[in-house]
Amino acid sequence: MNRSLIFASLLFSANLAQADILKLAVTTSFENSGLADVLLPVAEADLGLDVQLLVVGTGQALRLGEAGDVDAILVHSRASEEAFVSDGFGTHRREIMFNDFVLIGPKSDKAQIGATSGAAESLQKIADAQATYVSRGDDSGTHKTELKVWQIAERAPATFGSWYNDVGAGMGAALNTASALNAYILSDRASWLNFKNKGDLALLFSGDPVLFNQYAYLPVNPAKHPTVQYEMAMKLEEWLLSDKSAALINNYQINGETLFVFNGQK
Amino acid sequence: MFPLTLSKLSVRRRGKTVLGPIDLVIDQGGPTMVIGPNGSGKTTLLRVMHGIERISEGTAEWAEPDHANHAYVFQSPVVLRRTVAENLSYPLRVIKRAKPEINSAVEYWIEQIGLGKVANRSATRLSGGERQKLAIARALIRNPEVLFLDEPCSNLDGQSTREIETLLLETAKAGTRIIMSTHDMGQARRLAADIIFMKSGHIAEKGLAPDVFSTPQTPELQAFLKGDILE
Amino acid sequence: MNDITQGLLAALRLIVAFDAELWEISLRSLQVSLTAVIIASVVAMPFGAFLAVQRFKYRRLVISIMNALMGLPPVVVGLIFYILLSRSGPFGAFGLLFTPWAMIIVQIVIITPIIASISHQAMRELWAEYHDLLISLNTSKWQRIKTLIWDGRRNLLTAGLAGFGRAIGEVGAIMIVGGNIEHATRVLTTAIALETGKGDFALALGLGFVLIGLALFVNISIHWLSRTEREGRW
Repeated sequence: MNRSLIFASLLFSANLAQADILKLAVTTSFENSGLADVLLPVAEADLGLDVQLLVVGTGQALRLGEAGDVDAILVHSRASEEAFVSDGFGTHRREIMFNDFVLIGPKSDKAQIGATSGAAESLQKIADAQATYVSRGDDSGTHKTELKVWQIAERAPATFGSWYNDVGAGMGAALNTASALNAYILSDRASWLNFKNKGDLALLFSGDPVLFNQYAYLPVNPAKHPTVQYEMAMKLEEWLLSDKSAALINNYQINGETLFVFNGQK
Repeated sequence: MFPLTLSKLSVRRRGKTVLGPIDLVIDQGGPTMVIGPNGSGKTTLLRVMHGIERISEGTAEWAEPDHANHAYVFQSPVVLRRTVAENLSYPLRVIKRAKPEINSAVEYWIEQIGLGKVANRSATRLSGGERQKLAIARALIRNPEVLFLDEPCSNLDGQSTREIETLLLETAKAGTRIIMSTHDMGQARRLAADIIFMKSGHIAEKGLAPDVFSTPQTPELQAFLKGDILE
Repeated sequence: MNDITQGLLAALRLIVAFDAELWEISLRSLQVSLTAVIIASVVAMPFGAFLAVQRFKYRRLVISIMNALMGLPPVVVGLIFYILLSRSGPFGAFGLLFTPWAMIIVQIVIITPIIASISHQAMRELWAEYHDLLISLNTSKWQRIKTLIWDGRRNLLTAGLAGFGRAIGEVGAIMIVGGNIEHATRVLTTAIALETGKGDFALALGLGFVLIGLALFVNISIHWLSRTEREGRW
């Protein structure tokens, strides 16, 4: 009897369902930056709601929105976002802020990408040197940016040899792989700064406007999915565009480096 | 409920006839001892009469099937992984007797078999003799009119065998019909009112105990009583 | 080796500091897995006993299927239930996706065959022992099942603990249907996956040691409770 009492008390001590919850799908890069931990508690306190984050790739975040499993998404892949809105899954697309991608690689920099003038040239050098490279390969915003740069560089990943590793994983897992292989990789700056297993890797190239990474907020269309919390999603959007939010975003730093620039239009 | 009539009954296992065909009538009286060499079908005969063995041909029928109240004690006693007292109460709980009735019956039988001191101990810790006494008491607790026992004293020492035989004689005196198999001729002589002698799945000879022991009719029984090995 | 030492130190730090978040996700791991084990056991244990007691035409087939289901890949179970529980899936109306109940459901699906199979093994052995007696006493099917379950409860406990071990260490399925949401569906295993992704191996390993400790603690305390329940009888 003792046993069942313990079970029962465990089961009933915590409620398994909650109310006033906003489910927000965000990308790993946003979560890994640590900005979520700064921004969301303030938003929750101001708005009196519980924001639950689903940390996934951009591809899956959009799918979650299409299925109506989340109330809003915060992602960074413009073309897919516009398709999401035009297909009627989202009511609109609101730009909030941007950060940037950086090229990471072994400190020795075998491919000499540190001395290039643009991201496309850097990737060309990696391809020419056939230096070990790790790609997210998971349809995420980061992955899509990478593919865009390969295109500008006029190189097709489909034709690459074994030096090109398509790992099909999130940013953290891909960085772990790159660290283990001592490989080049494209990462968002925030994930890289927060990454604790850097090993022999270093930031080798950044600053090309093509690597700027625009984040946008898209509430899921209540006409498609009546169960979504549209009102709450709109309240959060309003808050994200507020001066308070702008200050928090612009002042967020890791190791003394600013990561995000607020560019929201009310 | 008597008599139990077996007619043209046979049991086959994997194409091999292990019993029968047999014609036999069991009426009041006893105790009846079923004797015969190993593999002669003693156990199968008892199980058929108790109704827990599938019959291949023929029938085994009680005169009043609805009132057939009989119990069975297996050669190696089955002990429930419960306390001694719970082993005893189990058959009564199965037929949903009232609590006070169960308690008094358990109290009575636990004293009868001298296990009062270990009533709340696990029955799996009992010795061989204690287990067999417990199995017999558990069989008797529903006050069966017929009690089948399959070599209940094999592997038991003299002391336990004597206690069980005393218990069985008292049970018979109280009116329970006992049908029991044994390979111990001394035990058969001590307990039997009548004898069924089995050989190769058939009833080779039967009759009142004094007659069967003094003047066996068949050469097989003569050889068996002499102590020869029967094939 | 250094990483493992770091992990042990991280585990110690978290425990000594009585870290609120660690406490929360550990408790949620326990709640989710124990709830799943209890519900799965209620179904699986009588089913295992039933399979031992009852002979029917497709019994062997059912047993083969049950044993095969033990090897069900959790990540596939997770994916299937993700689609079923999604708002646009057939059970979307219940709003279960990304809640602890979704995690409980997939764990039930994963561990029920395990508990049923181990229960069936135990019940079959016990039934071989009890068969003659229970038939002789003219017990009903249900009485036989009840007797086997009660008398075989210590073996069934082992079956339940095997299911618990599988449930609490599972990550693939609950990551998909739970979503690893902080303060809602984050449990020890998904937190470990998260910290590994961040490259924080020390913290991940620390959480891993807490997980192992928790599993051991549940096993030992349940064995201890079952022993004190009937001291000296067995």
